[in-house]
Amino acid sequence: MLTGNLPDRPLAAALDAFDADAIAAGNFCRGELTLEIAPAKIVSVCGFLKYDQQFVRLSTVTAVDRYPAEPRFEVVYHLHSIERNERVRLKCRLGGANPEIDSVTSVWRSADWYEREVFDLFGIRFAGHPDLRRIMLPDEWVGHPLRKDYPTMGYK
Amino acid sequence: MGDASIPGITVIEEEQPQTGTRRMVLNIGPQHPSTHGVLRLQVELDGETIVKCRPDIGYLHTGIEKEFEVKTYQQAVTLTDRVDYLAPLSMNLGYCLAVEKLLDLEIPPQAQWMRVMLTELTRLNSHLVWLGTHALDIGAMSVFLYCFREREDILRIFEMFSGQRMMTSYFRIGGLALEPPRGWHARIKKFIDGFPSKIDEYEDLLTNNRIWTGRTKGVGYFALEDMLDLGITGPMLRAAGLKTDARKDQPYSSYEKFDFEVPTRTESDVYARYLVRLQEMRQSVRIVVQAMDGMPSGDWKAADQHVVLPDREKMKTQMEALIYHFKIVTEGFRVPEGEVYQVIESPRGELGFYVVSDGTAKPYRVHMRTPSFGNLQGTPKMVEGSLIADLIASIGSMDFVLGDTDR
Repeated sequence: MLTGNLPDRPLAAALDAFDADAIAAGNFCRGELTLEIAPAKIVSVCGFLKYDQQFVRLSTVTAVDRYPAEPRFEVVYHLHSIERNERVRLKCRLGGANPEIDSVTSVWRSADWYEREVFDLFGIRFAGHPDLRRIMLPDEWVGHPLRKDYPTMGYK
Repeated sequence: MGDASIPGITVIEEEQPQTGTRRMVLNIGPQHPSTHGVLRLQVELDGETIVKCRPDIGYLHTGIEKEFEVKTYQQAVTLTDRVDYLAPLSMNLGYCLAVEKLLDLEIPPQAQWMRVMLTELTRLNSHLVWLGTHALDIGAMSVFLYCFREREDILRIFEMFSGQRMMTSYFRIGGLALEPPRGWHARIKKFIDGFPSKIDEYEDLLTNNRIWTGRTKGVGYFALEDMLDLGITGPMLRAAGLKTDARKDQPYSSYEKFDFEVPTRTESDVYARYLVRLQEMRQSVRIVVQAMDGMPSGDWKAADQHVVLPDREKMKTQMEALIYHFKIVTEGFRVPEGEVYQVIESPRGELGFYVVSDGTAKPYRVHMRTPSFGNLQGTPKMVEGSLIADLIASIGSMDFVLGDTDR
């Protein structure tokens, strides 16, 4: 069920028609559409947006840590459609205990490095990723620096 | 069995038991001059053919995204310079536009046009460094000297505006850092009038040069579908025939008022990327000339006293201005809660700033979608199956900056 100003957006309506349980929340603010997606649905939603709605490009994948609030993590996907000249932001909320979500590398190969970066810096696991290793930090590094409980200064 | 005699190159040879042939793993970088920074490539060779290529990045990771979270919004501008250090003003612009979108701040026309003019000069600057070093990699040494001659002029212009040659931080949230200096018009006019003939010089040296075309034509082919799938943007995509440019598609900072073309080619090889970038330089010259001649008069910073520092004179004579000055300098300004994703066309491709605000004076989260990171991911696809001799030409044509990749 779409709430707020979402029913006015054709893309939100199309996604709602594809899967009524996919959109958990969302808004259209400052000219940007944000859709909150149920984490279990992310791969099917991305597949639908790529193949049916011409979102051929995955611009970036990143995350936001809302520590100490729960669910703690937001995994954020920015999609771009060159044909429609439109962008959309997808967001999945994950709990802090064992954050894991399905990888979208099967939809866009470009997700590979972006998901590795999120894994490296936030410690969020991507199930089904072909090569989930650290990308920025050395392999033996302890901790995930972009988490809010990771200190900005100090030796440990 | 590593051979440490050549810095940056390690060779491991392994005999294949089934065939008796030797498979070689070549480790290039991270301190190899042709990787333009600290990129490390592990290349598996069968004879001279690349079987597998594995880029290894992160040697220049400095945690800039974490650093943003402890700086005020205005302080953080200086961090953006250091990400893509060959296009600092493009980085400044992307970040400022994102925060200004959150603040819903109106930027006066003169500041917008100044921003357009200087980011186009940045594009020239960046493309000149690319052309010089790319030609140097392939063996055309003199082009490097020509390019750096003109680049010096551009850096002097930046110095005239901001006092800095490279880490300019000239764009600030709300407008510009300083009033445009006296005599800027004559200075830029002198440079830009002479520049098209300089581009002709580079073309004389390279475009029909048999060695150059031999080294670049048909090399580093990359199919358009693979590029889109792997997240490649910018001149590489345009050299494959896709007319996409954020300056045209989602105009920002009044780019819609300028008349320019988006050059494309269809061959999608190293030579096509070279031609596209040279055409882009000619288009940037057009934009700079239009901006220079049509520069609107008026303010160079926004009128919002909560965000923009007051004039020096006012600060010394008016109590209220002094209080605002003190508040902005010590505490910064609060930015309304929300999130934005601002995309601009940097010289290398799509540059996106994802800024999340929690309503305080410091960004809650800043993520930079940098073009070099996206483009580098395509390296294996582009070079696998080609010859090792073409590797340097291929990666050079991507025009990546490792600061931009590793952040």
